[in-house]
Amino acid sequence: MEFPDGLKYSKEHEWVLVEGKTATIGITEYAQEELGDIVYVELPEVGEKVVKDDPFGAVESVKAVSDVYAPVSGSVLEVNDVLPDNPETINDDPYGDGWMIRVEISDMDDLKDLMSADEYAEYVEQQRAEEEDEDQDEEEEEEEEDE
Amino acid sequence: MEAQPEPQVQRLKRTPLYPVHRRLGAKMVEFGGWEMPVQYQGVIAEHLAVRGRAGLFDVSHMGEVEVRGSQAMDLCQRVTANDVSRLKSGQAQYSLLLNENGGTVDDIVVYKLEDDHFLICVNAANTEKDFRWIKENSRGVAEVENSSSHYVQLALQGPLAEKILQRLTQLRLEELRPFHFSFGEVSSIRCLVSRTGYTGEDGFELYCESDKGERLWNRLIDGGSDLGLQPAGLGARDTLRLERALPLYGHELDETTTPLEAGLEWVTKLSKESFLGREALLKVKQEGIRRRLVGLELVEPGIARSHYPILKQDRPIGEVTSGTKSPTLGRSIALGYVVREEAELGNNVQVEIRGRKVAARIVSLPFYRR
Repeated sequence: MEFPDGLKYSKEHEWVLVEGKTATIGITEYAQEELGDIVYVELPEVGEKVVKDDPFGAVESVKAVSDVYAPVSGSVLEVNDVLPDNPETINDDPYGDGWMIRVEISDMDDLKDLMSADEYAEYVEQQRAEEEDEDQDEEEEEEEEDE
Repeated sequence: MEAQPEPQVQRLKRTPLYPVHRRLGAKMVEFGGWEMPVQYQGVIAEHLAVRGRAGLFDVSHMGEVEVRGSQAMDLCQRVTANDVSRLKSGQAQYSLLLNENGGTVDDIVVYKLEDDHFLICVNAANTEKDFRWIKENSRGVAEVENSSSHYVQLALQGPLAEKILQRLTQLRLEELRPFHFSFGEVSSIRCLVSRTGYTGEDGFELYCESDKGERLWNRLIDGGSDLGLQPAGLGARDTLRLERALPLYGHELDETTTPLEAGLEWVTKLSKESFLGREALLKVKQEGIRRRLVGLELVEPGIARSHYPILKQDRPIGEVTSGTKSPTLGRSIALGYVVREEAELGNNVQVEIRGRKVAARIVSLPFYRR
């Protein structure tokens, strides 16, 4: 699984590409894989304000809807017009053509809370290990029961 | 301060095929108290495989209740809404368990194995409830057994299902009509082979002894992979049944919903002798139903989900029960209940999607028919 260097990552599994005061935002490969086939994307309008840690949009798989959280506060400069008709672009290319919005960052300090690629990779590993542990525990319990 | 231990959560049940699902890298989710594969490759790919070729589902979470004895048929007649007396041995019937108010305890399939032996396939989450319900109403005249753990149930569904299964069995499948079943061997494994399903495609449901389940799964996959057979999870099962407008208990049906509202009047044989819920249904029929299950197609972008309000000129008229983007049709579809006065085809309504009002139209059901 790929987490490109040069991007910043949030705990809610969004990525941010910072260029000057502009942030391009999308969801990570891990996030798209967890969601499965994405069939609908809800995006804000250009000019809307997004607030750090608040939902700015949503992605929907056939099964469920998930909020997408703003990793930084700012105003929306641009939204990815490809997504409404081709939401699967996020599955195919989460860091490229599957970007979601571009915002003008209102407070550069927001970036301090975000993770580097290495930190995020470790974070994802931890989350997976926790899932695995749960499975492991259950299997051990089962073995005990079998005895 | 030391943390208190977490309260023990109820452990999820697993089917005998759990190791197979893990090996295939399935994404597992909770469903009806079971840990089940929601997808292997992806919901849409699996959905399209079933529509175009074939898919194999582990549906061993479904429960089985068996009724035996000389009065087995009388008991089935009393607790189910459809007419069991129409069944010959080797026939199956979609039916309902109703409570005294005409509400739906469960939707089921009744298999007549012998004159004095019926097998009732029930929804996973309702297995214990249904078993108790049938047993309590048996008044001791018939033997009622929850034999769910004895069986693995696999569903082989899709236009190539017959071709694939025929490679593995001597049963003459072309002669097995819908809602009929036979006992026979599939790859030397004794099975009940039923021409039924929950996908809107041709296909079979196979019941075998639970310890043979993994072998049966492997033989079917080996026997059909060259024709494009692939494992399919509950995600695809849900989108497939929704396109065909088959109800899902807990969504379209529950204890407060009558079959008259749910479009299942054809299942309720009010003319047969007394059965549980009949009096209540006759009363409802006389007074008229207040709401009706309808199909919705969204005409603006968005996906309707369970419990989203349905509006007419900003006034609430009902609620969505299931919705998705149809992988076959590419359109956003939903089922929901609306007040009877607003249920006519072509009615332009709205679905409120997280605060946004999205235009929708009431359309005929099913959304998809093969």
